[in-house]
Amino acid sequence: MPLLFFIALKHLLARKRQSIVSLMGIILGVAFFLAISSIMQGSEADFIKRLVDNSPHITVSDEYRSPRVQPAEKLFEEGAIDIASVKPLTETRGIRGYQKILSYLGNQDDLVASPVLTGSAIISFAGEEEGVTLNGMIPEEIHTVSTIQDYMKEGSVDRLMSNPDGVLMGQSLARRLSVSLNDTISVAAQGGRVRTFKIVGIYQTGRGGYDRRQIFVTLKRAQSLLGRTNRINAILVKMTDPNTALTRSKEIEQIIKYKSESWQEQSEDLMNTLAIRNMIMYSVVSAVLLVAAFGIYNVISTVVMEKHRDIAILKSMGFPSGDIRSIFLTQGVLLGIAGNIIGIPMGCAFILGLQQIKFRPPGSSEPISMPVSWDWEQFAIAIAFAMFASILASFLPARKASHVQPVDILRGGL
Amino acid sequence: MLLRTENLTRTLETEAMPVTLVKQASVEIKEGEYVAIKGPSGSGKSSLLYLLGLLDRPTAGKIFYRDQDISNFSNNKLAKLRLEEMGFVFQFHFLLPEFTSLENVMIPMRKLARLSDKEIKAVATERLVELGLEDHINKLPSQLSGGQRQRVAIARALANNPKLILADEPTGNLDTQSSENVQEILQNLVKTHGCSVVVVTHDPEFAKRCDRTITIVDGAIIKE
Repeated sequence: MPLLFFIALKHLLARKRQSIVSLMGIILGVAFFLAISSIMQGSEADFIKRLVDNSPHITVSDEYRSPRVQPAEKLFEEGAIDIASVKPLTETRGIRGYQKILSYLGNQDDLVASPVLTGSAIISFAGEEEGVTLNGMIPEEIHTVSTIQDYMKEGSVDRLMSNPDGVLMGQSLARRLSVSLNDTISVAAQGGRVRTFKIVGIYQTGRGGYDRRQIFVTLKRAQSLLGRTNRINAILVKMTDPNTALTRSKEIEQIIKYKSESWQEQSEDLMNTLAIRNMIMYSVVSAVLLVAAFGIYNVISTVVMEKHRDIAILKSMGFPSGDIRSIFLTQGVLLGIAGNIIGIPMGCAFILGLQQIKFRPPGSSEPISMPVSWDWEQFAIAIAFAMFASILASFLPARKASHVQPVDILRGGL
Repeated sequence: MLLRTENLTRTLETEAMPVTLVKQASVEIKEGEYVAIKGPSGSGKSSLLYLLGLLDRPTAGKIFYRDQDISNFSNNKLAKLRLEEMGFVFQFHFLLPEFTSLENVMIPMRKLARLSDKEIKAVATERLVELGLEDHINKLPSQLSGGQRQRVAIARALANNPKLILADEPTGNLDTQSSENVQEILQNLVKTHGCSVVVVTHDPEFAKRCDRTITIVDGAIIKE
């Protein structure tokens, strides 16, 4: 065993009770840090997962972020041009040349894209009328850009493939209209076109507004009902890595010119809230470890004070100041390591315990488990912070110890 | 010449006024010499010993070790010199309380790391046996008598085969029997280990055992 380590260990073992108390501070600090961080990260990940999974990662819409460049502006790029009263052409809305855009997106390795036509419609059934958003999609591609198939309570998305006049609707809407699977409903769109659809699937995402308002039909039927043959007004994109959506949406927009919004952009306010929540969480759990660090500081300061005579002896033997500093720093490191060795399994036990808790939030039909995260990053942060706190807490007393003048102690005859 | 000082002065700055602990002391310690420093309480005996042992830095004057001026050596270089060439015995045994007799003796040897761990243990045991402590090798200082502790301290001072042993009133806290025993051990060290011994003492009988006595009063050497 290295000499300085041996001396440091002996110092700690000689003061078992004080060492255990300060060790408990680090252990509990690490364990609470992990438990709180795990539940915060878990809930955030769960929230983002729901956000990311249930909505497209990038939505290309039939809008432009900035007005189109007028021919005069193109011609005189450097000129001071003022064009007044520009009135856009009246034209059928939708993404022009969407096949070309889809073909471009289809050549990208990191994403899948599918066209959508959405529009307003009214469902009529047994005298009841309900305004809804009609989503026309390619049934074969729905599962690549949407998670609706995961929420099917009755029927399936696949039935849309075999039945072009099929419709998927939310359970809330079905209840409101008192319809069930295989019933037939009438859907009317602007312009007075009406079609009948057979209910081939009922889903329940748990989001009230969505379940009450969104219905899904095949793209061709939507185009014909909305009177927009061969048109789409959105392209839904799912990324292999959702985190790249922000940068990729900008690249895509630059090429296809249509507004491409990433999920991060669409949920900017929520992401900011999460970031603030994380800051608060890390401040609170860091405070726990900071308190533990004071415990270590206290113990090592006491040891240094009690060991003034021993420090003088070691220095008289020929131990340089650096060695004395190392002995007391090693004590802090040892407490940090031991705190981590016991604190990490204890933290894991806390997380496992939290995972067992099941509760039913108001309005939820099924009990849910506490969302926890087992990401290695939080373990790394806990270990690093505990070590940093331990080293910092032992640094000041260690520095003080290294400055002890042996003569002052020997002369005093302590 | 093992150790030589020229006009060594040590002044302590206090709030009231500077206090001179050692005044222009010029001392020579030859190899294999047994020297006593005596004088009344507060005369500066221990202060001179700490300067000779490189534990304190002089305010003025020079120190030569084997004719090399070491007055301006860094703290680390002085620590290395202490480790390799010097051993200390203090009035209060000053053993490290958490370590056994054997471990106390092994610590400076392990720091120097000239020998393997096995050899260090063997030599440390030999030192303790040599001083009659064979039954107390694995005992903690708290389990030893005052005389036994002081013998462990001497064994520790001898651990690295130093050329110079500096002892600050090593018998000051011992009963007559133990004191006699320690005096005899120190005297024998010169013969058996060939090292120089400088001992600070009040006791005229102890001083008589030495080859030479330096008398110090009010920080100044008055007689050699």
